[in-house]
Amino acid sequence: MTDTGTVHEQQSRRVRLVLLALSVLLGALMLLSLCLGRYPVSPLTALQILWSGMTGFVPSVAAWTDTDVLVVSTVRLPRVLVAAIAGGALGLSGATLQGLFRNPLVGPQVVGISNGAAWGGVVAILLGANFVGALAWTFGFAMLALVAVFALSRLSGNTSILSVVLAGIIVSAFFTALVGLAEFLADAERQLPGIVYWLLGSFATVTSTSLWVIGVPVLVAGVPLLFMRWHVNVLSLGDETATALGLRAPQLRWLVLCLVAMLVTAQVSVSGAVGWVGLVVPHIARRLVGPNHQALMPASTLLGALYLLGMDDIARTMAEQELPIGVLTALVGTPVFAVVFWRSQARGWVRE
Amino acid sequence: MSDDVSNAMDADAVVLRDVSFAYRAGTPVVARCSLRAPRGRILALLGPNGSGKTTLLKLIAGALAPDQGVVERAGLVGYVPQLLHLSFAYSVLDVVLMGRARKIGLFATPSRRDVDAAMTALGRVGMKTFADRSFDELSGGERQLVALARALAADAEILVLDEPTSALDLRHQEIVLRWMQTLVRDDGLTIVFSTHQPQHADAVAHDVALVHGPGRVDVGPAEQMLEAGLVGSLFGVAMRRVVANPQRDPEGTLVVDFAIARYRGMHRY
Repeated sequence: MTDTGTVHEQQSRRVRLVLLALSVLLGALMLLSLCLGRYPVSPLTALQILWSGMTGFVPSVAAWTDTDVLVVSTVRLPRVLVAAIAGGALGLSGATLQGLFRNPLVGPQVVGISNGAAWGGVVAILLGANFVGALAWTFGFAMLALVAVFALSRLSGNTSILSVVLAGIIVSAFFTALVGLAEFLADAERQLPGIVYWLLGSFATVTSTSLWVIGVPVLVAGVPLLFMRWHVNVLSLGDETATALGLRAPQLRWLVLCLVAMLVTAQVSVSGAVGWVGLVVPHIARRLVGPNHQALMPASTLLGALYLLGMDDIARTMAEQELPIGVLTALVGTPVFAVVFWRSQARGWVRE
Repeated sequence: MSDDVSNAMDADAVVLRDVSFAYRAGTPVVARCSLRAPRGRILALLGPNGSGKTTLLKLIAGALAPDQGVVERAGLVGYVPQLLHLSFAYSVLDVVLMGRARKIGLFATPSRRDVDAAMTALGRVGMKTFADRSFDELSGGERQLVALARALAADAEILVLDEPTSALDLRHQEIVLRWMQTLVRDDGLTIVFSTHQPQHADAVAHDVALVHGPGRVDVGPAEQMLEAGLVGSLFGVAMRRVVANPQRDPEGTLVVDFAIARYRGMHRY
């Protein structure tokens, strides 16, 4: 007993260390991101500006210019925070969905949530809705997509890996077609550029308002989801077993799915459809902390934040013109996923 | 033994009254089934493949809700599925901890006490040293014992086991059957299990339900129900009992392959 107890404790200590390391890395990358760009700022200056912004303390001889303040606080800080929050939301969504569907190929995009939300965003642009309206439209269609995927996979009599993925492909394709139709019919002068730009995904238009639009829903959905993380283990056994173990499995699953849809919606409404984060990140996290969702979901959140923030840094600094983040994550995510997925077959996932 | 208290009012751990269930309307899998599982005893559901044993067990365990009728349980039920299949390579301890789901709040994670309870449950089936192993590295028999431990970790008083021996080799069949006997004898648990092997019912069950199909379930004491003619007609094969009056050895343990030798199926064609 003492032996295995110690091993168990060693493992949880290891998990805590990994989570701590990821948090420190994230903090460091956020600071670095504030400094990176066409107008470089030294990390020390950035820290001082942040400190003075938080405390109101201004040294008699300010070591920075007004431009420094503008670049760090007004331009970069909201963007860095939004990118990290969006990445965290996607990482958490992916880990949760893979557990819930017991499926390594599931991500927000695969089960149709992303595409449903994207269509909702396009509708909002076509209707000229404000950001509250846009949030409502994206969330509504994200949920609709989710319900459709579930209904379709149920029609086949089970929620096996294949039927869920197939249903997701069908629903995603349908919403993609709707988006295509909207692009064709949209006003080429006023609406089309907005739609196309938004669909490619970018954090370039982020303002401090975006911080609220993404921050509040992510907090409201993400915090309870993280607290429920151990129960995702039980849900990953399937509805029948989870019910026999005493959970109200169908209700709980729907609750969890709604929270996930909220996370994805918040991300999509701020930065467009960013794929290949929710799918890839949990696989890497699983290699770090193992398959137990109690450790996996926080790890995946932190890793998602790190990943997307890093991608956004590349997107805005690599070329003269800013690259669309959605294109970049797909470009990097697909080969990474190919490697990680095949190697992770040996660990964390049971071979079929 | 526990038979002595069976005249108490609440002598039944599980009672089914006129229970019906259908996965698809029009094709009932269980129809107007009534049966009772006496407390502190082992009830075997014996029947051919597809006769509805698993559905009946899921109804007893509460994993399925009956379309009609009532299922009463005098205690917490732990359900052990036929094959515990996981999509993730959780550790054995993680798997057993999931048995504590009832006791762990929705926004909480397992406490030290839950871990201790899980370790104790593993100890009760002799699997304590496996706690940190990955579940998918275990053999079929070891998995079955872990599944038993998961049910025990829930503090279940009634264990519902779906074909606990069918995927196992002879040695593991014996191990699992022995643990079932031990849990009933030493801990006073009630066990309901399904099997399509008469010798397994004969080895451990006090009572046997012959599950012919929807609408026909005959229940009685094991000695009475495991009569060669009844069992033969249940499976549609001719059977005879090789040993007419089996002797259980004084410690109450049974050698399984001895039991297996007692039935020799003789096909009609």
